[in-house]
Amino acid sequence: MTEDGGPVRINGSPVALPDDPRVSLLDLLREQAGLHGTKKGCDQGACGACTVLVDGQRVLSCLALAVQYAGREVVTIEGLSEGDTPHPLQRAFVEHEGFQCGYCTPGQICSALGMMAEVERGVPSYVTADLGAATAGLDGDELRERMSGNLCRCGAYNGIADAVAETFAGRTR
Amino acid sequence: MSDAHDAKLVEEGAALARRPGRTTTPVPAVPENWAGVAHADPLSRGHRGYVGTPLARLDGPVKVRGRAPFAAEYGYDDLAYAALAYSTIPKGRMTGLDTAAAEASPGVVLVLTHRNAPRLNPQPGYDMSLRDPGIGFERLPVMQDDRVHWNGQPIALVLAETQEQADHAASLIHATYAAEPAVTSFAAALAAGTRPLEIFGRRIRVELGDAEQALAASAVSVDETYRTPPHHHNTIEPHAVTVAWHGDELRVHDSTQGVLHTAWTLGQILGIDPARIRVTSPFVGGGFGVKVLWQHHVLAAVASRTAGRPVRLALSREGVFRMTGGRPPAEQRVAVGADEDGRIRAIVHTGAYATTRHSPWPEPLSMASQNHYASDAFVLDTSMAYADLVQNCSMRTPGSTIGFFALESAVDELAGKLGMDPIELRLRNETATNPIGGKPFSSRHAAEAWRAGAERFGWSRRSPVPGSVRDGEWLAGMGCAMVSHHYQRRPGGAARIRLTADGRARAEVAAHEMGMGTATVQSQILADRLGLDIDRVSVGYGDSAMPGRFLAVGSSQSAGIGGALLAATRNLMDELLKLVRDGSPLAGLTLAEVGAVNGGLAALDDPSRHESYESVLARAGRAELVVEGSGEPPAEMANVSMFSFGAIFCEVRVSSVTGETRVSRILGSIDCGRVLNPRTAASQFRGGIVMGLGAALTEETVFDDRNGRIVNASLGDYHVPAHLDVPPIDLIWTDIPDPYAPAGARGIGELSSTGVAPAVANAIHNATGRRIRDLPITPEKLL
Ligand code: FES
Ligand code: FES
Repeated sequence: MTEDGGPVRINGSPVALPDDPRVSLLDLLREQAGLHGTKKGCDQGACGACTVLVDGQRVLSCLALAVQYAGREVVTIEGLSEGDTPHPLQRAFVEHEGFQCGYCTPGQICSALGMMAEVERGVPSYVTADLGAATAGLDGDELRERMSGNLCRCGAYNGIADAVAETFAGRTR
Repeated sequence: MSDAHDAKLVEEGAALARRPGRTTTPVPAVPENWAGVAHADPLSRGHRGYVGTPLARLDGPVKVRGRAPFAAEYGYDDLAYAALAYSTIPKGRMTGLDTAAAEASPGVVLVLTHRNAPRLNPQPGYDMSLRDPGIGFERLPVMQDDRVHWNGQPIALVLAETQEQADHAASLIHATYAAEPAVTSFAAALAAGTRPLEIFGRRIRVELGDAEQALAASAVSVDETYRTPPHHHNTIEPHAVTVAWHGDELRVHDSTQGVLHTAWTLGQILGIDPARIRVTSPFVGGGFGVKVLWQHHVLAAVASRTAGRPVRLALSREGVFRMTGGRPPAEQRVAVGADEDGRIRAIVHTGAYATTRHSPWPEPLSMASQNHYASDAFVLDTSMAYADLVQNCSMRTPGSTIGFFALESAVDELAGKLGMDPIELRLRNETATNPIGGKPFSSRHAAEAWRAGAERFGWSRRSPVPGSVRDGEWLAGMGCAMVSHHYQRRPGGAARIRLTADGRARAEVAAHEMGMGTATVQSQILADRLGLDIDRVSVGYGDSAMPGRFLAVGSSQSAGIGGALLAATRNLMDELLKLVRDGSPLAGLTLAEVGAVNGGLAALDDPSRHESYESVLARAGRAELVVEGSGEPPAEMANVSMFSFGAIFCEVRVSSVTGETRVSRILGSIDCGRVLNPRTAASQFRGGIVMGLGAALTEETVFDDRNGRIVNASLGDYHVPAHLDVPPIDLIWTDIPDPYAPAGARGIGELSSTGVAPAVANAIHNATGRRIRDLPITPEKLL
């Protein structure tokens, strides 16, 4: 399956694409690459627990077939910290109680990073008043609307929003 | 950006390190027979130490890096993956079960059905008397015959080399059925007649005075019917096990609220000594009452033994809906009668819910009205209606979440009829003793919680006239409701403490972390009881090989661990004194004369007589000291009524165009005894409130009434609250230690969720003038 583009790169390392085309990117990560940080909450695209970054964009890895990702650069929760130093957003999640059980957490963190890139690119959301603005902000309902694809049944939403807002303060106008 | 952020974190970290966390006065051991004695525990007497400080979760760094291992993430060479096929009728027999295509499908290792499954003992279920550590709700045989008991029952398990192969093969299983008449709707179940709910073999009916007569004689009264739908917990981590047999020893990597209970129950079903089964569950991706034993545990163990390979059985989201149940549908009557001045004279709270005939499980909704308002007369009762649906089970908070919806809606309606502020009505009916039975409350500061909450929320700005505040298309309103939950410490708690020559202590309890911060909070308590720095203690949990019989249910686990740890620390101090040698500053002191401080023991009346743990052990030539302790029987509830209280305040905006409700502000004002860790406690309170918002506005498990099949078996169709549905949640608490509870803390996991649905419904009434007595309050009900 790898004739064009070669293997998928995950956190900088090549991982061979599966022989079985039914394997999702999520299952490639969890069952073949041994990267269990990306979680499976529904396998149906409804919870966001499986969110990873593909070339910087957030993707629901349960809805992605692994074979489609030849040559692409995937970053998972395991790829965010540099050695033992966690990503600032990861630290902020601890400081702001952005989780309880921790199961939705990797998806929330990856999603927030992808979301911030969208905001900086000026991608509007459902609650954006000015669709033509060059960049959007995180004020008002923006942050919560843009993170609404990531469910947290423990209800740590306030802490998640605080962690994201604090980490990205100053990155938006 | 990141530099500034890091600097802030470094500063905060340093501040935390400098904070006088460690206890500085000697903390004596809690004496024996403490249970029932007020203020027997020094940690409930205004003690200062780590307890009460907002320590960040110790497992936070692991969780945010995705390095916390969950049940479906344990690898074995030769691991085989399981998938399940489910029945498509609610009741009857399978006349045919065609597995040939599945068996021939690539990669399939085994197809397990009732035809080839080994003989098993019945599921013992949960033992209400708590004598046996049964866990699980169903009492049905697991894949032992051709009978179908509900639509969604597992009828076959497929084991294959990969999950994809197993899933595909499971889709090839084909059953034919001889269907039998089934009760597949709550309405049909009610129509067939109800039976009184019994717990411990006794009806839960409470009767005091003649409530119906007092109601009829009341100057003002309300008498209404409230309906609530079924709910599913929908933890984001679906149920999963990874199992492996080593000879006749079974290893289970689980996601459970009861490690020891799961081992025991599996042992009964499989017919093997539970001591041969080791269940570990270091992280649980949400529990809320549903992470107990269900059929997948049994099926995975059996498939693994039959195939001779380790097995992973992770339920799909659909599987979670099909084979694990949640809160049952219910219909309740609440009637409240009062004098003109608001004094309540009668409370009638009766209702019925749906459960299964084979495994009736209590949803004691009428108990919500039992312990709160002073009233001369009560009739409280719950009954069951039998249906052929997926087994109902405990869901944060059994009985109360829907019981309070009815009670607290009715009280709000009564306030409206009286023309009285709903908070004033509640304050007029405050009581210092439990209205049923007359026991004094151990510590009840509900009135303070109401007043402080009203002040902080700005309740005085609420317009008493419904439908009078408009902002364009939006109607705004405020509502409130009481929350309450009983304190509970269950028997069987035990702990082991290992003190090592380097002056470190590790406690072990067979308890659970599902997001409550168990290890963090218990480490704080252990550090204070032993006078150690927080980084010199650790708490192990989540392993059936550890001591104690704990279930993470009913907000009881903290008290259970607390009771066990205080006994173990007492035994540790006692054993240490036996090791003390002549010449030690501690020589000659008895247990009652010492306390723990500064990494060792000291005389209570002269803390300069101190010897460190390292020194005591070194002088005695000991590398370590290991002791165990068991929690005393929970006698603290014998003479006092122990409840947590509080109030939820919320503000809603309802669109007059679409009927959509948005919750714009929410406040919880809580009286739960001592708050052990403000961070994790706030998290728990918020989590409960968020779950309550779901029950109020969006959540409903929808059954097809014709065949009992769940039609919204996905997170796309069952709507749990998302980020945008949840405003910033404000919290305050009284933080008054309960004199009878270990460390003064009454338990918090279930408290806040109880009053959210009625607070929202009452706010919607205030905003729109519409009284909705039927959850969830979806837009069409407001148009
Ligand atoms: S697991 Fe992918 S969205 Fe839920
Ligand atoms: S932290 Fe448990 S689901 Fe979000």
